[in-house]
Formats: sequence, structure tokens, C-alpha cells
Amino acid sequence: MSLLKLTEVTMNFGGLTALKSFNLELAPGEIVGLSGPNGAGKTTVFNVITGVYEPSHGQIFFMEQEITGMRPDLITKAGIARTFQNIRLFKGLSVMENVLIAHHLHLKANYLAAMLKLPGYRREEREMRERSLALLERVGLADLRDEQAGALPYGMQRRLEIARALATNPKLLLLDEPAAGMNPKEAEDLTAFIKEIQTEFDLTIFLIEHHMDVVMNISELIYVLDYGMTIAGGKPAEVQNNQRVIEAYLGVNEDVED
Amino acid sequence: MAEQKRRNQILTTVSILLLLGFIYFAENYLDLYIVRILNVCAIYAILGMSMNLINGFTGLFSLGHAGFMAVGAYTTALLTMPPAVKQQIFYLTPLIKPLDQMNLAFPLALLVGGLLTALVGSMIAAPVLRLKGDYLAIATLGFAEIIRVVFTNTQSITNGALGLKGIPALTNLWWSFGTAAFTLVVLLSLINSSYGRALKAIREDETAAEAMGINLAKHKTLSFVTGAFFAGIGGGLLGNLLGTIDPKMFSFMFTFNILLIVVLGGMGSLTGSIISAFIVTFANEYLRFLDESINLGFFVLRGKVGMRSVVFSATLMFVVLFYRHGLMGSKEFSWDRLLASRVCQRMQGCFKKRLLKGGYDQ
Repeated sequence: MSLLKLTEVTMNFGGLTALKSFNLELAPGEIVGLSGPNGAGKTTVFNVITGVYEPSHGQIFFMEQEITGMRPDLITKAGIARTFQNIRLFKGLSVMENVLIAHHLHLKANYLAAMLKLPGYRREEREMRERSLALLERVGLADLRDEQAGALPYGMQRRLEIARALATNPKLLLLDEPAAGMNPKEAEDLTAFIKEIQTEFDLTIFLIEHHMDVVMNISELIYVLDYGMTIAGGKPAEVQNNQRVIEAYLGVNEDVED
Repeated sequence: MAEQKRRNQILTTVSILLLLGFIYFAENYLDLYIVRILNVCAIYAILGMSMNLINGFTGLFSLGHAGFMAVGAYTTALLTMPPAVKQQIFYLTPLIKPLDQMNLAFPLALLVGGLLTALVGSMIAAPVLRLKGDYLAIATLGFAEIIRVVFTNTQSITNGALGLKGIPALTNLWWSFGTAAFTLVVLLSLINSSYGRALKAIREDETAAEAMGINLAKHKTLSFVTGAFFAGIGGGLLGNLLGTIDPKMFSFMFTFNILLIVVLGGMGSLTGSIISAFIVTFANEYLRFLDESINLGFFVLRGKVGMRSVVFSATLMFVVLFYRHGLMGSKEFSWDRLLASRVCQRMQGCFKKRLLKGGYDQ
């Protein structure tokens, strides 16, 4: 059984084809990488999966259910959470609030019950706080829970964004360049962290990554995109030596032709 | 901590009692002019808070408040006016059937006014809230103008451009301050709840909020409709305070005044809106001399009607340019912060010194 399946997904923006006939199948428990040069269409894949864009062609299935063109919040509710390439925390709110907000989609109490603070809502609020605090403890941010999210150092903001995504209780976690802007040591810590949460929260992880060593280290499978097309897919070692991948990253030596 | 909490509780209780005492005193002993200004203050506080929920907490730049107020004001006025008065003022076209005999108690009329405004808000929410930023502002502004034009032309319901006269003066300080307190309690409780956090998340980053599973359309509508409800109630209180209303009253200038209060008090601070409602309303009265001629002895400044508005516009520009957080930023009033403030510390210091000195004298 596949957890996520994309069949022949194409995304056109006017005359530009950002993604062409993209196929993907993720099995539960996998960590899969998506790589490729700048502008290859990697983030478009994420935006199509999470419902930010509706694909021009093709279908997307999550746990055997079609989710093509569904509203982003419903897709998140179904169990797909994401982080963003350029961190998108609720900067003006506290660390704790950021995580609490991600619990909101599971809230059962209605608007009036929450406004009147009825007992049912109070219990849910207490549970949300407990779970948020546990999550923050897990990612090592519990002491900073009252700090403004935007004031945290970069690495911690990345962690908070992952914690916030975990709070939605996902089955599939999409990480968009989690190691961007990190030095090798930080990237190494992050790799270990991702592996830990993967087992701990029983997640399937699909990540976009430029850092080749991170991708190689962590992923069981890697897909490589260039100009919206899949140019390679397979085990890290195979992909690394693939001629088209090398060309896509380094360019073709035109003198050698013929 | 516990001691501090107890101190704050005592301070709050004492303040509420003082406020109640003051309202009693004002109602019975202060002159009507001051009482009227105080009423307007409280009503503007309600309007400011309701607009702050939409603009400050949810980040929806809506300029439709005058429209909401108009709906609330007309509804409450029509429901509280005695049938005889209605018959008298609707001399061009009689008032339509059930309305001409209807007469409800004031609180009930206010509630109906609020609910009807909320209904109108929910009807325009669906098309309007698809828009963002400037476009939303223009669309909501257009809505308010449409309401005004409709009210000018529905002679048999609103009496058209003639407006409503002889609305019973039912608004007193108890009603206006009571409603303001009720609004504050309800909205504070809302913004501190999970729904309130969701609204703030939408303000901070819509894309991220949606990716976190927040239904944007639903939550924006909730905020918009709740804001409309309280704006309608505020409008109802205002109509029954002034005694006359006409469509011209609810022009963009009215929305602008409320916006001034919200920005000055701090987008995202309910207590800030209350404080600035009082400041703006009192300033509006005490700056009246600007509209009149000023005799400087050697030179007489000719008064220009509208100079006050210039002062307010300039203030708004100044605040937006140099002091964007307003009086309170996005923080709410708290005793801890007030007592820790520099002014307060100095006052306490002086007080203690006096006490010590007094001790030596003896």
C-alpha cells in the first residue's frame, strides 16, 4: 500500500511548465529525498501535494483517497504537514502559541463554547497545552516557550517549524530544505533529529534538500528534478553517479559534443 | 506570584467599584454635556474594540464599520420608537406594516440590532473576504456606501434622507459602560481562546495558517461577523443617545474616526482601543476652539471649520510613521506593567519619601 501517490502530475503557469508528468509513490515509513538545481520545480511538488496549487493535469492520492485540488487545510487535516523553505512561523506570537495554533484543527469545541470557556473547551485547551509543552520539550524549546518566535535564532526557528508541523499530528511530513543556511555541524544534528522524529512519531518523510550530504545520508530513495522533469530516481549511490544528474548540477561540456 | 495575583484582584475589584461609583455620580450630578461625552466615549470604545477584532487581530483591513453601525442604529431606533412618533415622522411614505406597531424593550432591541448586523455581515463576508489587503478595504468601503445609499432610498423603512427623529433617549451611562464592559469581556475571552489564536495566526501569515489546518474562510467570517455584531450594538446605543439619525451620518468619516481610535490605541490591543476612544472623544470636544476664531491680541486667526479633523489626520499620520505600535502595541493592560512603569515607580518613590519625612517631623 502506498501512503502518497502522484500520477502524471503536471503544473503549468501560463506558458511555463513548472512540473511535467511527475510520478511518485511513497510507502509508509520511508524517508525520500527530492533534489535538483534551483528552479527545477521542487517546491512546486510540495505546493501541489499540499493543495496550494491545483495541478493542471494528473491525480494525487493520499492513503488511497484522492486529494487533488482539495483545500490546504483539509489536506493538513487528512495528515500531511509541511515546513517552508523560507521559514514561515507566526513571528509575532510566542513559541508556545505557534505550536498551540497547530493543534487548533483537532479542536472539537465550537466557537461559542470557546468564547464562553465551557468545561468541554477548558479540558481540550488543557490537553492542547500539555501536548504542546511535551512537543516543545522534545525539540528542546520548552524553556523558550514564552519567547517571540521571530526572535529565536535561525536553527531554533527551523526546529520550531518542525515541532509546529508535528503538532498537526501528521502521517506524512514534508520538509522543504530543512538544512538551508546551516553549517555542516548543524546539518548533521538536523539529520539525526529528523531520523529520530521519524521513528518516534511513526512518520513518512519527504524532503527537499540541496545539501547533497544530508540527502545522501538520510534518504532511502532520491528523486532528482530538472526543468520540471524527473531526470533520475533511485538509491542515493546510484543517483550520485547518474550522468544526467551531474550534468544538471554542473552543466554539459559542449566542446566535447560530436 | 500568588501575592501579586491577589493584589491585582484587589486592584481590579476596587477599580470596578470606583467606576460604578463614578457612573452613579456622573448620572446624577454631572452636567448633561459631560455625561453625553462619556456616553460617546464608551460607545466609541465598543466600536473600536469590534473594529480591532477584524483589523487588528485578524489582519483584515476592513473599512465597512459605518455600514454596520447604520444597520444597528436604524434597527434599534425603529424597534424602540413609540408607534405614535413613527406615524408622525414618516409623513411622506408610511412605515411598512409590522414595524410601525413594533415596540421592544431597549436591551432586546439592541440585541436584535446586533444580530441583524451580524446577519448582514455574514452575507457580505463570503464575497468580500476572498479579497486581501487594499482590495478588501475598497470592497468593504463600497459596502458601507451601498448601505448608505440604500438607506437613503428605502423611504418606507428608513424614512430616507429625512432620517429618524425623536428616538427615545434610552442610552445612559449604565447601558453604554455596561455594554462596553460586556464587549471587552467577550472579546478578551475570544482572543485568548484557541479560535483567537487561529485569528492571530491568519494575521501573521495566511499561507502558514492554512498549512496548519486553519479554515481561512470560516475563521475570517467568524471574526467579521462577531465584529459586525458588536458594531451593530454600538450603532444602536449611539442612535438612542443622539435621538436623531440620518444616512449622511454614517459616511466614511465615521469609519475613519474609529480607525483612528484603533490605530492610536494599538492594532491588537482591546484595552488600547478603550483608552484611545476616551482620548480621541475628549480631544474632539476640547479641540473645538480650533474651529473658531482665535484672538492672539495682535492678530486674529480666522477659524476654519474642520481644523480639528486636520489635527486628527496629522496625528494618525504621525502615529503610523513614527509610532506604529500605538499606545499599547498588541499588549493588554495589566497591573503588573502599570506598577512597574517608570512614572509609577517615581510616584511610589515620592510617596515613600513623604512618609519617611512625616515620620521624622514627629
